Amino acid sequence: MQTLFIVVGVSIGVGVIIFMSATLAGQQTNIIKRVLSSQPHITLLPPQEVARPLRAPPIAEAAIVQKPFQRVRSIDQWQKIAAEVGRMRSVTAVSPMASGPVLAVRGDATRAVTLLGMDPVAYYRIIALPEKLIKGRANLTADDIVIGMELASDLGVTVGDKLRVTVASGQAATLNIIGIVDLGNKGVNQRNTYAALHTAQALLGLTGGVSSIDLTVDDIYAAENVAQAISAATGVEADSWIRTNAQFYTAINAQIIANTVLRICVALAIAFGIAAVLIVSVVQKSKEIGILRAMGTSQGQVMRVFLLQGAVLGLAGSLFGSVLGAAAIHAWQTLVKNPDGTPLFPLVMDPHLFAYSAILAMLTGLAAAVAPAVRAARLDPVVAIRG
Amino acid sequence: MDNASIPGAGANQSVLRLEGIRKAYGVGTPIETEVLHGIDLRLERGEFCALMGPSGSGKSTLLNVVGLLDRPTGGKLFINDSETSHLDDKALTRLRGYSIGFVFQYHYLLPAFTAAENVMMPMLADRGRPNDDMRRRAELLLERVQLTPWRDSLVVNMSGGQQQRVAVARALAMNPALLLADEPTGNLDTKSALNVFELMRQMNREQSTTVLFVTHNHDLAARCDRIVQIVDGRITSDQPTPH
Repeated sequence: MQTLFIVVGVSIGVGVIIFMSATLAGQQTNIIKRVLSSQPHITLLPPQEVARPLRAPPIAEAAIVQKPFQRVRSIDQWQKIAAEVGRMRSVTAVSPMASGPVLAVRGDATRAVTLLGMDPVAYYRIIALPEKLIKGRANLTADDIVIGMELASDLGVTVGDKLRVTVASGQAATLNIIGIVDLGNKGVNQRNTYAALHTAQALLGLTGGVSSIDLTVDDIYAAENVAQAISAATGVEADSWIRTNAQFYTAINAQIIANTVLRICVALAIAFGIAAVLIVSVVQKSKEIGILRAMGTSQGQVMRVFLLQGAVLGLAGSLFGSVLGAAAIHAWQTLVKNPDGTPLFPLVMDPHLFAYSAILAMLTGLAAAVAPAVRAARLDPVVAIRG
Repeated sequence: MDNASIPGAGANQSVLRLEGIRKAYGVGTPIETEVLHGIDLRLERGEFCALMGPSGSGKSTLLNVVGLLDRPTGGKLFINDSETSHLDDKALTRLRGYSIGFVFQYHYLLPAFTAAENVMMPMLADRGRPNDDMRRRAELLLERVQLTPWRDSLVVNMSGGQQQRVAVARALAMNPALLLADEPTGNLDTKSALNVFELMRQMNREQSTTVLFVTHNHDLAARCDRIVQIVDGRITSDQPTPH
């Protein structure tokens, strides 16, 4: 009876751990996917312009050096750099980009926006713009532009309309709106406009140059390390999504830590439960243990019996717990849904998670059994038999 | 071994020898009590000896000391002519497993197992895994105690007399030189008691197993080779039975 209870207890614990881990993994993947679907993992930028006072080193002078303004500049040797980072094993996609501030003008309405000029084939491998289209198409040619839905509604334009784009220097072009996208964020929807690389280069005065190179990497959590490696190898500035979204990244880390603490607590609760049951069982079975000892059973053998019992309890609990966890995940996916009927976010049912949980529960059971096992092994046969 | 199938043969070899055995409890505390005050006793191979005495006279303490379950506080204990005081717990456990069988007033069989499995238990403790030899030995022993039909029954489904016979079979599993019986018939009716006693007597005759048999039953004691009386931790009489 007590065995049944503790197995149920362990099952619930393991089930909670599995469900919680799957929820967390699903949520993280989902949030990161949403964050990273509208931005590259790493952006390469030209080095910041700094003012260098022309003075010979021995002369020390107190001077206030004013920070220079930062022009829209091209990355020096960008083609060579792009080819170089493209050869790196961890980099999965490379897209050069010419971007800068422009004014979108339609009649009396004017909006300050960012014009992102890129090569559609390369860029869509990093950010799948066509998937975010709510209207029109995304195959940009020289005279085309794709804008965000907020900007479209602010300017009262739709697919097929024309939009005049002006740069501060006076350059201007009239482009056809061929697509309207939803980038999942109101500010970004108001600000981002997309054009072909050549179009943007001409408008921004960057002929033949690019202002940044966007990259994706295979392991998103290693982005910062890759960025630093690129920066060291090429001399350009490399910003990873981890650095540009530092607070978000910290929040995710905090969540992971909170989850780990919870998991440890559940594991401890399981361990104490198993230990309690085994200690009761040592007390109940002390006569039998005594008689086994009298018959020549060694302390080690008695100890092994209880250690094994602990491990088996943990393992049995984890097997039922895995079923319970899987059922909870399944229930979550069928019951908790978006208004449109798709799951709120997909939960990750990782087979490794089940294996780890089983091993962890077994080890927990084993560890929990140490104290009762030692107690059983040290039972004095005379005392145990006399009871 | 089998050449000494008659009790008393090979008398020069003692299975058990006690020299001035003392046992005190609470040593070093104000309530130190000595229960055994220097016991000298020698049991030869194949002897069937009754140990009698009033309650609290130290019979069970003596049996625990002899059974290596408890260490004496003084004196020397020889099993098969080898001294035991220098042995560590592991060696004592081993010696106990190989040389000594126990039958208690209560059978202490493991309820979750069958009769045959209970009989195999000491062999399992010794060798770890069951094998056909163990099974054959268990079946042979159960046959001796006339429980062959019950060999696959759970012990909880058997009568008190049957359970005690399983306990005797278990005690003999390792073919011990010394069988210690602590009032094994105390809980049984007269017929079952006689049955269990006769069983041990038969084993004693066939295998030359030395038996130390604690009992309050004078009829049963009279059927032994020798009666040792113990009162207040001292042996007061030690006489062969007249038969």
